Amino acid sequence: MDAATKKQLQIKACNVRMGVIEGVFNAKSGHPGGSLSVTDILTYLYFEHMNVDPKNPKDENRDRFVLSKGHTAPALYAVLAHKGFFPVSELKNLRKPGAMLQGHPSMKLTPGVDMSTGSLGQGISTAVGMALGGKLDNKDYRVYTVLGDGEIQEGQVWEAAMFASAKGLDNLCAVVDNNNLQIDGSVAEVNSPYPIPEKFRAFGWNVIEIYGHSFDEIDAAFKAAAEFKGKPTAIIAKTVKGQGVSFMEDQCSWHGTAPNAEQYELAMAELQAKLAELEA
Amino acid sequence: MADVIKTATRDAYGKALVELGEKDEKLIVMDADLAAATKTGAFKKAFPERFFDAGIAEANLVGVAAGLATTGHTVFASSFAMFLAGRAFEQVRNTIGYPHLNVKLGATHAGISVGEDGASHQCCEDIALMRTIPGMVIINPADDVEAHAAVLAAAEYEGPVYLRFGRLAVPRFNDPDNYTFEIGKGIKMADGNDVTIIATGLMVNEAMIAKDMLAEEGISARVINIHTIKPIDKDIILEAAKETGALVTAEEHSIIGGLGAAVAEVVCEEYPVPVVKVGVEDKFGASGPAVEMLKIYGLCASNIVEKAKKAISMK
Repeated sequence: MDAATKKQLQIKACNVRMGVIEGVFNAKSGHPGGSLSVTDILTYLYFEHMNVDPKNPKDENRDRFVLSKGHTAPALYAVLAHKGFFPVSELKNLRKPGAMLQGHPSMKLTPGVDMSTGSLGQGISTAVGMALGGKLDNKDYRVYTVLGDGEIQEGQVWEAAMFASAKGLDNLCAVVDNNNLQIDGSVAEVNSPYPIPEKFRAFGWNVIEIYGHSFDEIDAAFKAAAEFKGKPTAIIAKTVKGQGVSFMEDQCSWHGTAPNAEQYELAMAELQAKLAELEA
Repeated sequence: MADVIKTATRDAYGKALVELGEKDEKLIVMDADLAAATKTGAFKKAFPERFFDAGIAEANLVGVAAGLATTGHTVFASSFAMFLAGRAFEQVRNTIGYPHLNVKLGATHAGISVGEDGASHQCCEDIALMRTIPGMVIINPADDVEAHAAVLAAAEYEGPVYLRFGRLAVPRFNDPDNYTFEIGKGIKMADGNDVTIIATGLMVNEAMIAKDMLAEEGISARVINIHTIKPIDKDIILEAAKETGALVTAEEHSIIGGLGAAVAEVVCEEYPVPVVKVGVEDKFGASGPAVEMLKIYGLCASNIVEKAKKAISMK
């Protein structure tokens, strides 16, 4: 990836992080930690990789995206808003009565959302269905889904993983956002899903391991996944929960807590400074 | 007397799927390792490239069906009622119901008439579960003619439909040449003035027998077939409440949350009259031959007669 593209993605990601904080602060609830850990991956997918058109969000040839870890909707919403699916000003209405931005994604209410999710373990199955549909219809679109590392404790994830490889769905790519934390503690303490790459390999997937905040690694992984034939690809991305807002980083407590006014100012100031540095 | 044809509604389901597959090349059928029993096997044989077996994984079955539906395919997903409405309830609610996707759930082996397999497989709770999902259409056909028509109607309808079929061969009483099916429209099978029997599924045939038994005692019973439990035909129920003043419901399902509850909900808010329920009392099933189990669980014409008299006495 060239330096200019990388810088543009870093700037976008910084704006997306501000959108996450803005939304969660105004809603006085939501999930900032996991939204920030998945931000770089979503930014890359929507601004660099996926074939999507904000003016034609239901284009039948578009690439699909399913946020299986639906509670990190604030990151998806911020990405979609900055991509032009709806005004960025809508982010302030997150979780408000009558808002198009529900606490968890709704495909009926939000342009650009391809599947309603929120109940963990289910999104990946719907992504598998979309990939199967693409194969049946001889379409060359690809389907992406992002799972939480805690989410893969759900048995349904492995039902879906088994089915996807049995059907040879190489148009499917699942990302595990491995920030290592869930509500009750570290994923290893709560009910360890480790080792994650070995599990996906055993289920017949092509596996790529990356650091999920390096655009170079993200870029290489998604390009390799798109070229890999015969198996679905799992990208296991090591990430940092709360990435980009220093006091939220690697803290379990920021899984589902909104910042207060003081914390909001601190977070926005840090992101503004980062943005100024990138744009300098 | 001509011999009565007996066919299981699940057989009609399988045949109707093949017909649909011939007409709509985007129609997909899925199962969870029960194709031989749910009768989706007929479709599998005719259109192997459009049949997908999820294996013994009902949660994923429902999710994959939902994802396929978003790509413009009409999907029929099948398993036993216990596993489709029961095990996969939350998947049905969140990935099919909430986004209102065009998935048809073909649930077979509903109710006590599963027979020998016993309580673990006798789902008497599925109607109650599915009724709570906003926008879910629930159809419980009474014979193979109605089942066939219901499957075709479900395919025409845009949105989620729960189709409930039985394992047991049941008598055909509808005329295949003159039968018309409309989602949400109850059918008056017989007129009467003293009491109305509102039945669904295999209990419609029992209701017709009960009507004749009551006639012998000088009681005039109306019989209504409610094949669509949701949305329920309020008009035909309220008309019966007003004109006969007493209702008996009959279903092969728990008396909690099913047809009886749905009928009671309609009349108690708009025109209260006695509603007495025939159904599976608040208990689990057990192993035994289907017909015998229906008797043991009080799902026969004689039970309807008894409850009809009770309803009349409460007027």
